Amino acid sequence: MSQPSISKTMTTGESGLSVVFAVTAFLCVIASAKALDAPFAFHAALSAFASLAAVFCIVNRYFDRPAALPPAEINGRPNYNMGPIKFTAVMAMFWGIAGFLVGLIIASQLAWPALNFDLPWTSFGRLRPLHTSAVIFAFGGNVLIGTSFYVVQKSCRARLAGDLAPWFVVLGYNYFILVAGTGYLLGVTQSKEYAEPEWYADLWLTIVWVTYLLVFLVTVIKRKEPHIFVANWFYLAFIVTIAVLHLGNNPALPVSVFGSKSYVAWGGIQDAMFQWWYGHNAVGFFLTAGFLAIMYYFIPKRAERPIYSYRLSIIHFWALIFLYIWAGPHHLHYTALPDWTQTLGMTFSIMLWMPSWGGMINGLMTLSGAWDKLRTDPVLRMLVVSVAFYGMSTFEGPMMSIKVVNSLSHYTDWTIGHVHSGALGWVGFVSFGALYCLVPWVWNRKGLYSLKLVNWHFWIATLGIVLYISAMWVSGILQGLMWRAYTSLGFLEYSFIETVEAMHPFYIIRAAGGGLFLIGALIMAYNLWMTVRVGEAEVQMPVALQPAE
Amino acid sequence: MSFWTRHQVFEKNSIILIVGILLVIAIGGLVEITPLFYLKSTIEAVDGVRPYTPLELAGRNVYVREGCYLCHSQMIRPLRDEVERYGHFSLAAESMYDHPFQWGSKRTGPDLARVGAKYSDDWHVTHLTNPRAIVPQSVMPGYPFLSRTEVDPDTIADHMKTLKAIGTPYTDDQIANAGADLKAQADPDNAGSDAFSKRYAKAVVRNFDGKTGTPTEMDALIAYLQMLGTLVDFKIYNEKANLR
Repeated sequence: MSQPSISKTMTTGESGLSVVFAVTAFLCVIASAKALDAPFAFHAALSAFASLAAVFCIVNRYFDRPAALPPAEINGRPNYNMGPIKFTAVMAMFWGIAGFLVGLIIASQLAWPALNFDLPWTSFGRLRPLHTSAVIFAFGGNVLIGTSFYVVQKSCRARLAGDLAPWFVVLGYNYFILVAGTGYLLGVTQSKEYAEPEWYADLWLTIVWVTYLLVFLVTVIKRKEPHIFVANWFYLAFIVTIAVLHLGNNPALPVSVFGSKSYVAWGGIQDAMFQWWYGHNAVGFFLTAGFLAIMYYFIPKRAERPIYSYRLSIIHFWALIFLYIWAGPHHLHYTALPDWTQTLGMTFSIMLWMPSWGGMINGLMTLSGAWDKLRTDPVLRMLVVSVAFYGMSTFEGPMMSIKVVNSLSHYTDWTIGHVHSGALGWVGFVSFGALYCLVPWVWNRKGLYSLKLVNWHFWIATLGIVLYISAMWVSGILQGLMWRAYTSLGFLEYSFIETVEAMHPFYIIRAAGGGLFLIGALIMAYNLWMTVRVGEAEVQMPVALQPAE
Repeated sequence: MSFWTRHQVFEKNSIILIVGILLVIAIGGLVEITPLFYLKSTIEAVDGVRPYTPLELAGRNVYVREGCYLCHSQMIRPLRDEVERYGHFSLAAESMYDHPFQWGSKRTGPDLARVGAKYSDDWHVTHLTNPRAIVPQSVMPGYPFLSRTEVDPDTIADHMKTLKAIGTPYTDDQIANAGADLKAQADPDNAGSDAFSKRYAKAVVRNFDGKTGTPTEMDALIAYLQMLGTLVDFKIYNEKANLR
C-alpha cells in the first residue's frame, strides 16, 4: 500500500458514489423487509449486499491508489485503461458457456420432456428466457462493451473517460444480468420476448446504459484523431438506439414499489407493435450494428489490410440503421396488426437485404490480397466465416419476411434455425474471433496459447452449427407443411400432436449440434485461460504515433 | 464539394453524428407505431370483449409467469388450415386488454387463442399436472405445483387498480369486490356468485380444480384458459360492420 500523501483526497466521484451506494443499501434493506413477494425480497437483499460491496470496493480502492489518478498519457502515449475490458472478457466467456449450457438443457427438454422435472424453476418456460438473455445480453453484451471500450480507446488514441464510470458500467451491467437471470428462475418476468426483466431491473439497466453512453461519447470527444473511426459510428448507433428501444418498449406500472409484478403500459396491438419494433431492432442494433463494429475493427486489424471501401462503409452505415427500424412488423404477418403496417414491414425487410450484403462485401473484400492468411490463421478464418454466416442469415431473413413464405415459416422451428444461423454463426463466431484477438492484446501476450486448439474449436463449432440449422430447416418446413396438409377428402391430414411427434429426431440432432458448439466454447475457455496464465509477455516498443489524415 | 466531403461533418463531430443517428432511427418507428394509437380501423368495435375477471387475471399472471407464450401462440391467422384447426381468426379487439400481449411467436404446442370451452376442467387439471397422462407424445412440462399454491384474494384489487391506471376500464364496483369475486368464481355455492356474474358478462362460475377452499393457481389458470376466445359470439359477429 502506498503512503497516503497530504494532497490525497477522494474525488467527487468516489465520495459521491460511496454515498449513493450507502443510501441505496439502506433503501434496499427497507424494501427487502417490506417486500410483498419472495423474489422481490431476495433481489432487494441481493442489491443491499451488492451496494455495500460497492462502497467497500470504492473505499478500499481509494486507500490502495496513489494520490494522483492515472494520467491520460505517459511519455506522450495514451495510458489505456484495460482493467474493465479484462473483466468483460472473463465475464463474456463465463456467460457464454452458461448460456450455451442452458441452451443445451432446453433443447434436450424438447426431445425428452422428463428433463423439466416438473419443478417451477427447471421448466422450459423459465429456462428459455435464461438461455436467450444469457447468450444475447450477457455473452453478447459483455463482448460488445469490452470490445467497444477497447476500440474506442485505440481508435481515438485516448484513455477511457471517467475513473470509476467504466467500472460502474461493466459491473453494473453484469449485476443487471444476475438480477434478470435469477428473476426468470423465480418467475419474475414481463413475458415480452427478449425484454423479460421486470421494472426494477429495467430501471437499473437504464442508469447503467446512460453511463455507458457517456463514457463512450466522452472518450470519442477526447479523441486525438480528427476523424471518428467507422467502428465507433456503429458502436454509437448501437448504444443510442438500444437506449431508445429499451425506453420505448418497457414503460410499466408496478403494482407496488415493494413487489416484482408490473403491468406494461402498452396493450394488445400497440404492445405487439412496440414489442417487435424493439425485438427486431435488438437484432438489428444489438446483434448486428454492434457486432459490425467488431467486424470493422478486428478484421482489418487481424488481416493487416485496410477496410475495402470507406465509401461503402458510409452507405452501409446510414442505410442499415435507417432501414432496420422499419422491419419489426414482419414478426406479425397475418396477425391482427393492420395490413398496411405488415406490408411496410415486409417491404423494408426486403430492402434491408442490400445494406446487409453491402456490409458483408465490405468485410469480406477487406481480405483482398490477404486471402492466404485464412490457411494459416484460424482466428481470421473464424472472423471471415462469421461474415459469411452474416450474409447467409441476412438473405434468409428478408426471404422469410415475404408474407407467403412467412405463412409457412412463422410459428415453426424454421425461425429458430434462422435465429441460430445468425446467433451461432455470425454473432458467436465474430465474438470468438474478437476475444481470440483481444485477450492477448489486453493481457500483453505475444499470441494465443495454441492456434491448433482454435482450429479444433472452429471445426467442432462449425459442425455443430451445420447440424443445428439443418435440423431446424427440416423440422420447421416439415411442421409448416404438415399443419397445412389436406387429405383428398378435404380434411386436415394431421392432428397437432402428430406434428409434435414428427419433430422428435430433429430435436435430438439439434441438441447434438448445440452440444458440439458448447464443447468448442470449453476448448476456447481453456485456450484463453492458458494464454493468460503461461503466455509469453510482449515487450512494448515506444513508437511515436501520427494522427491519420 | 462532393457528397463524400460533406459527410465529414458527421465523421468529425460526435454530437452531430448522434443527432443524425437519432433522426434516422426515429422515422421508421414513428411512421409505423403512432398511427396505431389513433387510426380507428386498427381495433374494430366488437361486442362481448370485457376486461378479465379477478380469477382470470390471476390465471393470466400464472400464464405470464411460467412463460407459456414461448410455446403457445394466441393469434389465429386468417389462413384456411388455421381457421379449420383453431376457429375464427383472432380479432384485434380480443387482445385489447392484454398487458402484455401474448400472441407469441412459436407453436411448439398448439395455438390457445380459442382453447376456451374446448376441453373439460378435469382434462385441464390432469393435463397441466402431467401432460403425458393424457397426450403420451406431448413434450410439455408438468405443472403439478399449481394445485398446491393458493391465489391471494387480498392483493388482486391492487392489480386491477394498476391496470385501471393504464387504461383498462374496470369499474369501482369491480375493484371494490375483487377479492370476493375471485373466490366466488371458483365456488358455485358462494352467495356472491350471482353478483359476480352480473359484474362480468359471460364469466363462467365453476370449481375449476375440483377442490374446496381458497382458489389455487390451478383454478385461476384454468379459469383463464376456459375463457380464451369465448367472449365474441361469432354467430352474431358481423365482419362487414367495421368497413367504411
